[in-house]
Amino acid sequence: MAEDFHHALKFKYDLCIGCSHCTGVCPTSAIHVENGHPVLDPNRCVDCGRCYVACPMNAIYIEQDDFQTVFNYKHPVLLVPSIFLAQFEEKIRERTILSALLHIGFKCVYEVEKSVDFFKEYYRRDLEGGNAPCEKPVISSFCPAIVRLIQVKFPVLVDNIYRLKAPFDMTAEYIKKSLTEQGIPAEDIGIFYVTPCAAKIAAIKSPVGEEKSPVDGVINMNYLYSKVLRVIKTGEYKMCDESVRFHRLSKASITYPLTGGETKMLRTGRNLAIDDIHNVSEFLEKVEDEDIQDIDFLELRACDGSCCGGILTAENRFLMIERQRRRMQKCSEEVDNEDNDLLNYFDYLADKRHVGKVDPRSMDKMDDNVAAAMQKMKRAFEINQNLPQVDCHLCGYPSCKALAEAVVTDKAQIQQCIFVQRAMEHYDLLTPKEAHDISAKVWGAKKTDPTIAKNLNL
Amino acid sequence: MNFVYHVEGGDFTNAGSTSSQVKRMLKKIGVSPEIVKKTVVALYEAEVNIVAHAYRGDITVDLEEDHIKIVLADEGPGIPDIDRAMQKGYSTASQKVREMGFGAGMGLPNIKNNSDSLNITSEVGKGTTIELINYFQ
Repeated sequence: MAEDFHHALKFKYDLCIGCSHCTGVCPTSAIHVENGHPVLDPNRCVDCGRCYVACPMNAIYIEQDDFQTVFNYKHPVLLVPSIFLAQFEEKIRERTILSALLHIGFKCVYEVEKSVDFFKEYYRRDLEGGNAPCEKPVISSFCPAIVRLIQVKFPVLVDNIYRLKAPFDMTAEYIKKSLTEQGIPAEDIGIFYVTPCAAKIAAIKSPVGEEKSPVDGVINMNYLYSKVLRVIKTGEYKMCDESVRFHRLSKASITYPLTGGETKMLRTGRNLAIDDIHNVSEFLEKVEDEDIQDIDFLELRACDGSCCGGILTAENRFLMIERQRRRMQKCSEEVDNEDNDLLNYFDYLADKRHVGKVDPRSMDKMDDNVAAAMQKMKRAFEINQNLPQVDCHLCGYPSCKALAEAVVTDKAQIQQCIFVQRAMEHYDLLTPKEAHDISAKVWGAKKTDPTIAKNLNL
Repeated sequence: MNFVYHVEGGDFTNAGSTSSQVKRMLKKIGVSPEIVKKTVVALYEAEVNIVAHAYRGDITVDLEEDHIKIVLADEGPGIPDIDRAMQKGYSTASQKVREMGFGAGMGLPNIKNNSDSLNITSEVGKGTTIELINYFQ
């Protein structure tokens, strides 16, 4: 239920200056300001990380598992998205990076996209030739922030979600299976996934439509990037043997994490790839309105530049995309079972490929009781009509409409609006001192300290 | 709760704005996604019909605790034979409208499939009134 939703984004109030930039960029209006600091509504947040990017003080951080837990396992395995390599300058070779990762303590390293060739087969079976495994347009479940966005903001579209596991989950299943077959006890294997974003962390800690993720721990990509670069710069690693290398990946696998990576695998139909959560929201609104029809498949990703634009990547996204494309050019069109051992487990993985039903959990619902919800909606509508529509944030909410809805659900008081304050002062319904105290509750004592007037020689 | 929305004939850029607003209201009061979808499909189709065929129209939305009643009353050419118009594939749309991808028929049957109760009255040369009801349970 709602209280179980895990969010990896956390605020550091000691660094936060209460500028409220985060409230304005949130695609689900999940943040409001109280006592000078942002407060997150866990039922609205989809872990897209726009707030993290907007924060000028680095006061939002992404919680990660303690790196030392890697060493709780006798056989720690690193599961790394291929874009991890695209963060490094050209002069640092793949083998050097791999050597550094092994030096850090991992027994072996797998790229997430190893399972893309497996998925390609199912995308084509399920989606080509007018097929659809669910309602059309079929929406990819690849990006967990998008799945959550649909749950909370576009609940009408939950049945359009293509209920396939994510590549990292599938590759993790393969790793567990193949390593245990090699005689490594299952309890010794610890799979650590390197994440480019907060949404993947949330997807692992509280999976949607899945009992438990096969991934044992999560490492933030920028953290591991720094750790690897440090090892390389200090030269404390031992260059691994020529035979130890990253597995050969197909062109489709390398393209997969980029925008268009999924649609490019399909040879028929009308398929669209859209990145950036605000673009996605705009489009889904129209799909929900029935305004857009006859689209077969939608590849939707929350970050601009897809995973290369993930908030935990260490390099500029445009450079990463360019490096990824260059790597792709060196890859072959297809790889066989010898290059990609995962394909030998096709049937085993096929049984595990689905996730369960994705439930709607509308953030817009104003009350569990329809009659009460109608009353609240009506009242919010009336309040909003009397608000200035400036969306100035000074009430602590991202818009006048958001304040109106917070008032009717008893989360805020209408006097938080400074236009309402002025109007009330005009009729002596509120003293200037009372108005000041209300604003102080929103913005904290420091920002609303009256001595500002003296400091400015007013 | 009652709302009235005005629709201009021929204004395809804004076609669908009423169904979008009704959708938002239904989401706020917690109507199940299936019923929201059904209502949006029926209303969108009926709204586009006004834009495509009529001169102008008003959409009156009556939102109650257990149902939504929508009345779309237009001033327009009217439907000479409602029974025929209810058949799949039948269309009265002009060539101009069809070129824009609208008016390929199926409008009325689709509205019927997505509403619990549908009542259509029409007078040739005056206009058409569509009344549809969807229940929330």
